Amino acid sequence: MNKKCLSRLGLLVGISLVAFGALAQQGDAERGQAAAATCTACHQAYGSGMNVPNGESWPRLAGLNADYIAKQLHDFQAGQRQNATMATFANMLDDQQIADVAEYYSQMPLTLGQGGDQADEALLARGQQLAERGDWNAYIVSCQSCHGPGGTGVGSTFPGVASQHAGYISAQLKAWKTETRSNDPQNLMGAIAKRMSDNDIQAVSAWYATQSGSAEQETAQ
Amino acid sequence: MISCRRPFIIALTGCSLALGVAYAASVFAQPEERPDAALDMLVHEPPTMEDLENSDIHPELKKVIRYGHDLFTNTQQLRGENVFNDMNCSSCHLGEGRVPFSAPVWAAAITLPDFRGKNQHVNNLEERIAGCFAYSMNGVPPEYGSDEMLALSAYHQWLATGAPMYPDKPIFGRGFPAPDEPEQTPDYARGEAAYQNNCAICHQQDGTGHYESGEYVFPAPWGDGSNNWGAGIVRVDTMAGFIYQNMPLGQPRSLSDQEAWDIAYYITSQERPQDPRYTGDVAETSERFGPTFHKRSLYGQTREHDGHVLGDHENFGEKGDIKPWNVGMPRFENLSEE
Ligand code: HEC
Ligand code: HEC
Ligand code: HEC
Ligand code: HEC
Repeated sequence: MNKKCLSRLGLLVGISLVAFGALAQQGDAERGQAAAATCTACHQAYGSGMNVPNGESWPRLAGLNADYIAKQLHDFQAGQRQNATMATFANMLDDQQIADVAEYYSQMPLTLGQGGDQADEALLARGQQLAERGDWNAYIVSCQSCHGPGGTGVGSTFPGVASQHAGYISAQLKAWKTETRSNDPQNLMGAIAKRMSDNDIQAVSAWYATQSGSAEQETAQ
Repeated sequence: MISCRRPFIIALTGCSLALGVAYAASVFAQPEERPDAALDMLVHEPPTMEDLENSDIHPELKKVIRYGHDLFTNTQQLRGENVFNDMNCSSCHLGEGRVPFSAPVWAAAITLPDFRGKNQHVNNLEERIAGCFAYSMNGVPPEYGSDEMLALSAYHQWLATGAPMYPDKPIFGRGFPAPDEPEQTPDYARGEAAYQNNCAICHQQDGTGHYESGEYVFPAPWGDGSNNWGAGIVRVDTMAGFIYQNMPLGQPRSLSDQEAWDIAYYITSQERPQDPRYTGDVAETSERFGPTFHKRSLYGQTREHDGHVLGDHENFGEKGDIKPWNVGMPRFENLSEE
């Protein structure tokens, strides 16, 4: 297993270098909790976020990779990821606070994804197919080939999507499709999202919202 | 649910309509802008696993085909027995072995038995699959006629459903066609830079690939976890074709011809497990298998920037001393006088 641990380290190092150069900062979860006081209004006390059926869903932050969270906050600040709600809150944080809240949320246990319960069997089956095998007739590569087995995330580049809220997953895929989100490295996500139909997006969002995002969560259920 | 019956092409259209999915483009069509558009080629759209479930094939055969599919996409289940690197068959044959320009494997099912230059005799489908085990998987093939071999070949043959045996036309999307010759000679340093920019995010800066929680995610393009020096993809043009047609993942044909050749040159200039045909001497091995194989690889050549002779080592990777039984196995000796 040694080699595997090493290569994972390689990915982390590689990516953080790309993302922040030598500026990468060590986060502190306790300081992060204080800095996150304003965030709970939307992302909730346990970082669970909330699925908002006919509005803007608030993503679950609990258990996301710290470097991924930090990258997103830097991207909101720099305008590379555009969202009016979040730009305001991201701008309230300095680099150290970003590292701190990222650490804080990354250490929280994953919470359940919401918004997938209404999906019927056929929709979930399509979602599972896209997640695990893709649809190569339309050159949709399986989600797990980047987001990892079970969609639980790979390194700091590929965030966990299992157990995220359906409304948020859909919103992001649509944003990539319409090019209102384009902060992904090398257009890796955009290229896939553009090949997905609305039905595909609905299906895979429902599927991942109903999946557990970690082994601990699996046993807790 | 929806019942799909053969022929598959019609059944497929039916399925997508019924699901309300309208795809702008199918990868199983010969686009008009392609240089070979005017050629009359065999275009075949293999069935999907959904089609298998909905077909009226015998339930026992369905089970075996499902097992073949499972072996093809998760070949790591044979790790330590038949597979001694970090690959699945689908690591190189993308999209479950169905997709054009990713060496779709059904092509072998309709063109074999045939003479094969690499081993200089007539091969059938099982022997072809055994070849990918010995070289691409740095492994030892399952026995001919074994459950694994039968399941894998059943999967290959089923993918060919409806395609003519021994076709008289060229097959659309077969193999890993190389991009046009680049303007500049492929270059190591340019290749390294392009690799770091486009590929390292997944395959790692040092080419070791990536595991997450002990499960394979990104395979290793070189090193001990990769294919050995005898695998088809170490030929620079085959590697250039693979990369150009398939990588970065999800963005086929997005690199320039030059980038694809540069990166291919860089990757095929790295070390990997020894060729199982190794005679004990790299120069001798590269000469013996030069005409049929290594004339297109960098095996036995000296790397310019550090003087390293490629393939000059006794490292066979994880399989150590184990010899794949199929390598060098004589065939049809009684016919050789004719
Ligand atoms: C008024 C509601 C609101 C508040 C308060 C808020 N957020 Fe958000 N946050 C959102 C929404 C909505 C999104 C999704 C944005 C999008 O669609 O791009 C989001 C997205 C994010 C993301 C990206 C998550 C991902 O998976 O990519 C991070 C990280 C984040 N918020 C952190 C914070 C932090 C830290 C704070 C407090 C400093 C905060 N948010 C305060 C609503 C809020
Ligand atoms: C080729 C690699 C690749 C594939 C395949 C892929 N993704 Fe992604 N995805 C990414 C990357 C990289 C990101 C992170 C983007 C960033 O850094 O802002 C991402 C981000 C996401 C996000 C946003 C997560 C968040 O917290 O904001 C969602 C949702 C997502 N992907 C869903 C999917 C689904 C569903 C599929 C399958 C249909 C899929 N992805 C397939 C590379 C990929
Ligand atoms: C390291 C990459 C790699 C892996 C892994 C791999 N192959 Fe291959 N395969 C190739 C290459 C390269 C070719 C030759 C393509 C060409 O014609 O140029 C090939 C060709 C084939 C063919 C013949 C296709 C044709 O057009 O006739 C079959 C069948 C095949 N492979 C089956 C398999 C099976 C089964 C496995 C897993 C046990 C496997 N391959 C694993 C690279 C790979
Ligand atoms: C988003 C992640 C990603 C990126 C970026 C990417 N690859 Fe891959 N690559 C993969 C995956 C995943 C596979 C295996 C296919 C599968 O399992 O579906 C693969 C397979 C391969 C293989 C065949 C197997 C092996 O390891 O030898 C080679 C060679 C390869 N990639 C080279 C490249 C090159 C060169 C680039 C840059 C131009 C690149 N890849 C970019 C994810 C990626």
